[in-house]
Amino acid sequence: MGLRKMGPNKRNLAVGAVMALMTLGLGVAAQAQEMIRRIDNPPPGHPLPEIISGYEFRAPETQALQDDDFDNPGFLWVEQGEELWDEAEGKAGKSCADCHGDPAESMKTAGAEYPKWNEKLGKPINLEARINLCRTENMQAKPWKLESEQMLSMTSFVRTQARGVPVKVQIDGPMKPFFEKGKKLYYTRMGQLDMACANCHEDNYGKRIRSDMLSQGQINGFPTYRLKWQKVGSIHRRFKGCMKQVRAEPFKPGSDEFTALELYVAYRGTGLSVEAPAVRQ
Amino acid sequence: MASKPRVKVPKKAEKGEIITIKTLLSHKMESGQRKDKKGNKIPRKIINKFTCTFNGKMVFSCDLEPAISANPYFKFNARVDEPGTFEFTWVEDGGAVFSTKKKIRIG
Amino acid sequence: MHALTRRQVLGAGAGAAVVAGVGIPVSALADADETQKMIKEFAGGAAIKEGRVELDMPEIAENGNTVELGVSVDSPMSESDYVKDVIILADGNPNPGVATFHFTPLSGEASAVTRMRLAKTQNVYAVAKMSDGSVYMTKTTVKVTIGGCGG
Repeated sequence: MGLRKMGPNKRNLAVGAVMALMTLGLGVAAQAQEMIRRIDNPPPGHPLPEIISGYEFRAPETQALQDDDFDNPGFLWVEQGEELWDEAEGKAGKSCADCHGDPAESMKTAGAEYPKWNEKLGKPINLEARINLCRTENMQAKPWKLESEQMLSMTSFVRTQARGVPVKVQIDGPMKPFFEKGKKLYYTRMGQLDMACANCHEDNYGKRIRSDMLSQGQINGFPTYRLKWQKVGSIHRRFKGCMKQVRAEPFKPGSDEFTALELYVAYRGTGLSVEAPAVRQ
Repeated sequence: MASKPRVKVPKKAEKGEIITIKTLLSHKMESGQRKDKKGNKIPRKIINKFTCTFNGKMVFSCDLEPAISANPYFKFNARVDEPGTFEFTWVEDGGAVFSTKKKIRIG
Repeated sequence: MHALTRRQVLGAGAGAAVVAGVGIPVSALADADETQKMIKEFAGGAAIKEGRVELDMPEIAENGNTVELGVSVDSPMSESDYVKDVIILADGNPNPGVATFHFTPLSGEASAVTRMRLAKTQNVYAVAKMSDGSVYMTKTTVKVTIGGCGG
């Protein structure tokens, strides 16, 4: 539905661009794997009639920036993350590599599975929180600030290892109440504009809000390089931006509220390929 | 923390071939037009000059203004007549220089 | 659970943040006259001709902070006949200057791509100076999208 609203030409352009890249062999290995950006038959009970990656809603120029791993400026952060992976820090004198070895193996699916249940804390944690737990507990190092260059680099690097892997988060068992909390947040109208996430991203995706094309608000491309930010940013930064735009007082990045919302929004994108670092407008 | 400059140059070329080079540098390109939360102007700090030489000879250069986006990107060409080394430099306001080199073979 | 229903409105701080995001007061925008003056200065008295220069930019930019700009000039790029300089100007930014590319015969082709900022919908000019001093120009208009909620 969303794509029909966008018009068929745009869709053909997007698919054409990807196929051209593959045919010419210009894409790097990870780009050559099939990226799932559209699911026409979501599982029973899913709130959307179709699941569509934010990539499909963007202009061909923006898509082209993501399609080429050199042109994609998000890779500046991925490369920094790769260096940090091997850097020993903290009193334990350990690096990520000391415990996790080859990230291409050990982090192959992690980027598709967060937020994940943490038994010790008795709640789900997102990738950022997991990284900071590793730092404070296993490395005995200081936690990174959430929107710091280091954190953005590490999350970009780790999630890029899972590129192409379909998003699948646990929502049953102990995760259930947090999933329900996130769902409630998603449908709660907030702020001076009295809008819920669903008002834009469920009811009106594929339509324009002023001259901007509304997506489904999927998060499979995060951390994402936004042309507006001129840098990579986290899911929680984007949530905060949306809340500010409806003139609500945003929750704090890293808060339980945003983590519950992240869990619910990740579920809404079940089956889409991780495509970090995405490029968006 | 700043990442290393990213540069893409083919490893080899035919004699006389025109190759494509791409460069990307991590830089905020602070325009001097923005204000901080207190309303004070954030001073300008941009990359103002980019150069590419081959075996010491100028291939391509660019003077940049604050209207160039953060993380300045260039794509341009070079004619390669002999094996050698490309050197890339980025000059920041205040004189700091970032640079990197890439070798190319013939054949 | 009070957080779920709170509807506190952001105060002046939010408005200021939105303005800071755009960041360019209207009065500071370059005008068309200043741009024309800079074109004349660059040409240095040579007649400004049409043709030979191509500007490749999107008709509509999704966000003005990062817009791809490609320029190419038709030239043999030989030792005796090549493109020396190409200046890029934008008449709706705080200052018209964007970039000046300097080519040499070793460039092989007079073409370059970079990414630029556009404060609003405006004209972008590319003016090329050849090794014989002749000057060629082209221009294009890029519409800049205004984001959903003023962002």
